[in-house]
Amino acid sequence: MEKVLLMDAKECTGCMQCEMACSYQTENAFNPIKARIKVFEFKEQSLFVPYTCTQCAEAWCMAVCPVDAISVDDKTGAKIVNNDTCVGCKVCTIACPFGTINYNPDSGKVLKCDLCGGDPACVKMCPTTALSFVEAEKAGEVKMRAWAEKTEPDLQTSE
Amino acid sequence: MSWTKKILRVNLTNGTCESEPLNMEWANQYLGQRGLATKYLVEETDPKVDPLSPDNKLIMATGPLTGTIAPTGGRYSVVTKGALTGAIACSNSGGFFGAEVKNAGWDMIIFEGKSDKPVYLNIRNENAELIDAGDLWGKSVWETEDMIREAQGDNDVRIASIGKTGENQLLLACIVNDKDRAAGRSGVGAVMGSKNLKAVCVRGTLGVQVRDGMEFMQATNAAKKILAENAVTGEGLPTYGTQVLMNVINETGALPTHNAGDVQFEGASKIGGEAMHEIRESDGKANLVSNHACFSCPISCARVSQIDPTHFTVQGKPKYLEPSGGLEYESAWSLGAATGVDDLEALTYCNFICNEQGFDPISFGSTVAAAMELYEKGTITNDDTGGIELKFGSTEALVQIIEATANGEGFGLEVGMGSKRLCEKYGDPDLSMTVKGQEFPAYDPRGIQGMGLAYATSNRGACHLRGYTVASEILGIPEKTDPLVTDGKAGLVKAFQDATAAVDSSGTCVFTTFALTLDDIAPEIAAACEGDWTADSLVEVGERIWNMERQYNLDAGFTGKDDLLPKRLLKDAAKTGPAKGLTNGLDKMLPEYYELRGWDANGVPSDETKSRLSL
Repeated sequence: MEKVLLMDAKECTGCMQCEMACSYQTENAFNPIKARIKVFEFKEQSLFVPYTCTQCAEAWCMAVCPVDAISVDDKTGAKIVNNDTCVGCKVCTIACPFGTINYNPDSGKVLKCDLCGGDPACVKMCPTTALSFVEAEKAGEVKMRAWAEKTEPDLQTSE
Repeated sequence: MSWTKKILRVNLTNGTCESEPLNMEWANQYLGQRGLATKYLVEETDPKVDPLSPDNKLIMATGPLTGTIAPTGGRYSVVTKGALTGAIACSNSGGFFGAEVKNAGWDMIIFEGKSDKPVYLNIRNENAELIDAGDLWGKSVWETEDMIREAQGDNDVRIASIGKTGENQLLLACIVNDKDRAAGRSGVGAVMGSKNLKAVCVRGTLGVQVRDGMEFMQATNAAKKILAENAVTGEGLPTYGTQVLMNVINETGALPTHNAGDVQFEGASKIGGEAMHEIRESDGKANLVSNHACFSCPISCARVSQIDPTHFTVQGKPKYLEPSGGLEYESAWSLGAATGVDDLEALTYCNFICNEQGFDPISFGSTVAAAMELYEKGTITNDDTGGIELKFGSTEALVQIIEATANGEGFGLEVGMGSKRLCEKYGDPDLSMTVKGQEFPAYDPRGIQGMGLAYATSNRGACHLRGYTVASEILGIPEKTDPLVTDGKAGLVKAFQDATAAVDSSGTCVFTTFALTLDDIAPEIAAACEGDWTADSLVEVGERIWNMERQYNLDAGFTGKDDLLPKRLLKDAAKTGPAKGLTNGLDKMLPEYYELRGWDANGVPSDETKSRLSL
């Protein structure tokens, strides 16, 4: 059953635990710049917004890779980079519409979210519900339920 | 391993920035941050130095857990000789600046000397340089951050700076990072100003490593689980911030108000955590916008507030309409309860001003309260205040005086020097609610007896963060003690002081100790660092730090006679609440405390104590 990584900015406190957990997976060090998930601060609106690869079904990064270094993880559906094959040409970073695949000058390879093989470290470390890993078909369920509640007159409490 | 083992030494007189190895022998004895930076200060400066002279040093220090995934692992401390107190100063701050310093590869930065013109330090990993700050001088903390970001062309830099109050060397000045987190107390911002150092800008991308990653993740995950399941750290602090305490402490009869003339404030419920959640009639929004986290913190107690756009304080001032750092319990108390002002929006405005121009709301509010009492007695007149009618409870007066202090104008400059100097100047020193020159915070020692001893013996002057026995006496952590009695408090204060000194040296936040014990914290440090770190060894490190700070103060000229509370707390009984009829029983606690500390009757550590602690 395919799962997706859900990001809910309203719940994000900007603690950076996700970035550290992510960088630790690849770098064995806590170093937010190496993280494949990023939290963006919008100070005027007092919002933190986490963002990472959403694993496109038809993945442009994968389609353009000239050496077929990006493949689908059969277990999770994640598009993963094979470091032995990647030549660091960065064409995928141009093709990705979302900017979620990036070049790592230290390794000469590209870095993107691989869903940690099906147990994303960022989700495990998130102290709130800003990050969750849910069944793909139910990804919209929480929002749908909230709107269902808003739309049904009998559920409206009088102010 | 979690130490970078590198110090950046910045000589402002010569304009040099040099790297040197961290003294690992000291790191093993003092851990990091508060302890280790104090050791450097003790070894490198004369305790009798004028705090505002070039011979004083200013140290910004991280701990071994700073910059890691350890819960709250983002703290740094500023250590120097305090401008307000003349005692050892150590002011601790969160936000993101400390972690960035660590990520740039530095355990600490030592500033020495004095620049002949305003400069800021710019750090990019191993590269550090001093840059002319002529255009930044006179700017606020907020403007300074924006201007440096633009000049550096990098939105990801982190900045700590002083505002106008620091430039003016007002003794209440602090150092603010990330626009609303502060190394707040003892006048550390005045020391920075005296060195013509406007700001420190840092970008770090080197990463922070730990000794054993697997062990570290296990230890930190275990700690996070405890924090999440604890009622204070998992629920109370995220929902209400430290403001969860306002109504609790008021009901306890330990909320000093009207310059500690009373211990309960009738307006408390209007300025507390619950009030910040209430929807305003004017704009349909609450004062509280959200809670934010500091680096690596799962608690997220920091408040983000937005001022009522119809409030008189913000008319024609759009910069204060954006969400910014909101009231904490201490600032709501000092700006509000201490002065008798119960206007939540005005207090939020005042808090913004403290952040914007970089000064300590605790000391400021307490000093205004003293000025108000002097004004009501007729000692201070309109001639002194420039026409500001400094009456208790006057929102207008509070707003006028905070703007004057922020802008360095008129009577605001006198308030900016703290309540001790103000009350001495006007011939009524007993009205100053200070210990060792520093204003005491939001807990009245008549209603919480242990805090009296904690204030009297705090090495940086009156302070709640050196030995927070409120945890035990009010909240029952780790076990409930009676706040109205002195029995057992000497031991309680000592235990809190030693444990806190260790936590303050680790890179994590003392708020974790609402839920974590040293038995939970020691495994985090042990997994991160070389060496044998246990709860017992941390207590020993904490006690060593405490005695080192004490000896520094004694060498600076303080004596046991300075372990004293304002007369009001010792002579005038509480008039209402559970503590009605009580004064603080400091004289009953202090001799026992000295004995437990291994100090003589004058409060001097014995040779045996020093030798036991390898001092």
